[in-house]
Amino acid sequence: MSTITIKNALKKYGDITVIEGLNLEIKDGELFTLLGPSGCGKTTLLRMIAGFNTIEGGDFYFNDERINDKDPAKRNIGMVFQNYAVFPHLTVRKNVAFGLNNRKLDKKTVTEETDRFLRMMKIDEYADRLPQNLSGGQQQRVALARALAVKPDVLLMDEPLSNLDAKLRLEMRQAIRNIQRDLGITTVYVTHDQEEAMSISDTIAVMDHGVIQHLGAPKEIYQRPANLFVSNFIGRSNTLAGRMENGSLILEGSRFTHEFWVNIPDGPVKAAIRPEEFLISAEVQTGIPGTVTDTIYLGMDTHYMVRLESGEEVLVIQESTLADNYRMGERVWLTLNERKINIFTEDGNRNYLRG
Amino acid sequence: MTKKTFKMDIWFAITLGLLLLYLVFLLFPMGNLFRMAFYDGESFTLKYFQTFFTKKYYTMTIANSFKVSTAATIVSLIVGVTMGYLYSVYEIKLAKTVRMCIVLATMSAPFVGAYAWILLMGRNGAFTVFLQNLFPQVEIPSIYGFGGILLVFTTQLFPLVFLYITGAMSKMDNSLMEASVNMGCSGVNRFFKVIVPLIMPSILASGLLVFIRALSDFGTPLLLGEGYRTFPVTLYNEFVGEVSQNKGFASAIGIVAIAITCAIYIVQNIATVKTSFAMSALNPVPKKKPKGLAAFLVHFYIYLVTGISILPQVYVTYCSFRNTSGMLYIDGYSLQSYREMFGKLHRSVVNTIKIPVISLAFILVFAVLIAYISVRRRNALTSSVDMISMIPYIIPGTVVGIAMVTSFNKPPLILTATTTIMVISLVIRRLPYTIRASVATLQQIPLSIEEAAISLGASKLKTFARITIPMMSSGIIAGAILSWVTLVTELSTAIFLYTARTQTLTVAIYTQIVRGHYGVASAMATLLTAITIVSMILFNIVSPEGDITL
Repeated sequence: MSTITIKNALKKYGDITVIEGLNLEIKDGELFTLLGPSGCGKTTLLRMIAGFNTIEGGDFYFNDERINDKDPAKRNIGMVFQNYAVFPHLTVRKNVAFGLNNRKLDKKTVTEETDRFLRMMKIDEYADRLPQNLSGGQQQRVALARALAVKPDVLLMDEPLSNLDAKLRLEMRQAIRNIQRDLGITTVYVTHDQEEAMSISDTIAVMDHGVIQHLGAPKEIYQRPANLFVSNFIGRSNTLAGRMENGSLILEGSRFTHEFWVNIPDGPVKAAIRPEEFLISAEVQTGIPGTVTDTIYLGMDTHYMVRLESGEEVLVIQESTLADNYRMGERVWLTLNERKINIFTEDGNRNYLRG
Repeated sequence: MTKKTFKMDIWFAITLGLLLLYLVFLLFPMGNLFRMAFYDGESFTLKYFQTFFTKKYYTMTIANSFKVSTAATIVSLIVGVTMGYLYSVYEIKLAKTVRMCIVLATMSAPFVGAYAWILLMGRNGAFTVFLQNLFPQVEIPSIYGFGGILLVFTTQLFPLVFLYITGAMSKMDNSLMEASVNMGCSGVNRFFKVIVPLIMPSILASGLLVFIRALSDFGTPLLLGEGYRTFPVTLYNEFVGEVSQNKGFASAIGIVAIAITCAIYIVQNIATVKTSFAMSALNPVPKKKPKGLAAFLVHFYIYLVTGISILPQVYVTYCSFRNTSGMLYIDGYSLQSYREMFGKLHRSVVNTIKIPVISLAFILVFAVLIAYISVRRRNALTSSVDMISMIPYIIPGTVVGIAMVTSFNKPPLILTATTTIMVISLVIRRLPYTIRASVATLQQIPLSIEEAAISLGASKLKTFARITIPMMSSGIIAGAILSWVTLVTELSTAIFLYTARTQTLTVAIYTQIVRGHYGVASAMATLLTAITIVSMILFNIVSPEGDITL
């Protein structure tokens, strides 16, 4: 078991700096997710921890031990790859035993431990098959069993679910979460799928351009994103340009007030309103007027596209009701759930609602 | 900073070792060749080149080589493309046997074909005599000279085109064919407007390959050329010729040869880059059953071409069982020739197995190591090893032979007349092909598999031995079998290096033919053919879907 501390990490490919001055602390036993669009540096950072990428600057610690120059084979990490990386010429059992054999354990221990993890990952019935005869989900279970069998201090997972189909992905997500909790192993998880990150993580670091944009618990990241990038990347969000006047928000000509906003200075702002933070109504004619341009009924929810008078189109999601849906071309008014919406500086770099 | 420092590890040591070997056994001999060509013992000189380019006797040989190679390329392309196309779109009876025979035709020793055609169509050839009796007043066309060389080149080299074309056709999606019919383009029209442009990269690549092979082929014009002198034969004669043994001049010719192949290689690269595009077939073109007259014509054409190209092997095999008396075949059949081969010439049989086996072992080890460092450990040092290893690809075998024999005949390294020098030459010549094949195999193995092994605590060497090599093995074995066949049938380098102790079957066949011992020569050629057939069957078992790349 291990904490991971990263101080002032620097990564360069040739003359291009990919990561600079990155600091991070990962608590013992937590599932820590690096989340971001492709090219944001999340996999690079993971591979620096694993030892497969060189570290151009800064210090990486497992507990108190600096591991910058430690041979990747000796870091005692378990790693799970996007393409499974199961050894195709070895049986499932031999795959799982591979790491244990490198640890020079006696035969009996190797067999016992192998069996334990084969059972834990529910692949004991395929133990003597070659990986090519297994489905993607089963192969990823082999990879996970193999990584866990060596009792690593740290488990690293590089987009482990993105090669699986949707149903398997949900199933594996749950399996990973359960086993990680049971074993209490410090895990760094890389993904670009924000829903996956939300559902699995204790802590998420949202990355973009090699910089951690927001580090926090899933709920905090969703409800009070640090900046407009995070707000748009996590979940869906409508961004409208507005103006603050004496603690009130002027949006599309309408005025909204809330006690949270009294200290926001006057001037232009960006308001980020999630689709479910709008309230739509044709009867109560207050708020922002607009016209329905599309209605999508999805069972539990109904999605409306509404064109505001400024020409801006916003997405509104309402719980479906028994009454008729608003139809295309119908005139509607939008009000806000003021407690929930976020107001950012005009450049979108800071959230006024975070202390 | 990271780019310039090399990581000191086991792979760094291996890279240095490989570089050292290449310095001694490739760069030194090649440097020596240049020195001999430009230095006459006292000062820098261009006199050898001057002699070569001013005497018609020599410039003629280049013109001849180009003429016959160009003609061979054109005919091989016509035959190879039509054969490949028909083979791919029609259900042919005995298709597998046809393919096997075609492959065999190109894998036979370089001049067995030529020799067999002499037996058939030479001055006393079986066919010539037969025709002469039939039409006493007609002059039978001679197998010697331009026509004969062209015939042998074509039968031996069109299979290369055939293999490339069938490979390209199998990557063509049927929807392309259906789409063109849909838009009103079918039959011959479709062949020229859709299919030919799509397989153009393969046509060009195979055409240039045929051209290079024809240009550097040594055995065929040696036997069939007579008055028609080609470049590689001149090179050989200038070097070993008893009258004018002039190493400087031979080296200069060697350098001219390198310049020519270099130029062709560059043209080939430009042409492939300009015309290549990726294709992959979800639904390959289904083979259809030809009907009526078409069925007859298609089968007739394919069987005829296959028959002609396999005829030499069949006839040589037949001859090997005939009785001989001195230089003549006489009535009756026996194993006399085989007894003679395994008797006084058994050494060449042993050498033909021994030398290629040793070479192959070195080739495999080096190819895997070089492929690994050039794919997985890319830096300035490994790149230079990779680049140096490709040099022999563009150097004709005869030139490698000359460079070797002239460089290791004095201290500190005296290797002439040893098995070692034959092995070294074969290893150096064949390595580029095996390295390319290993690189292709290695590139298909995701890096993460090796990283997984390392993260599980395996050392670099252990990862390589336990994970990388086993994963490469199927590709390596298939490549090894092909290499084996080319090593067994190698002539152009061996002929410069052999001695009575180290002579191989190919060299022995040549010397026996020159001395007129046709019976033994047939038996040896048959043995070579048998080795080739067995190897090809093995290849098909190891890699049923494998592309044959030569």
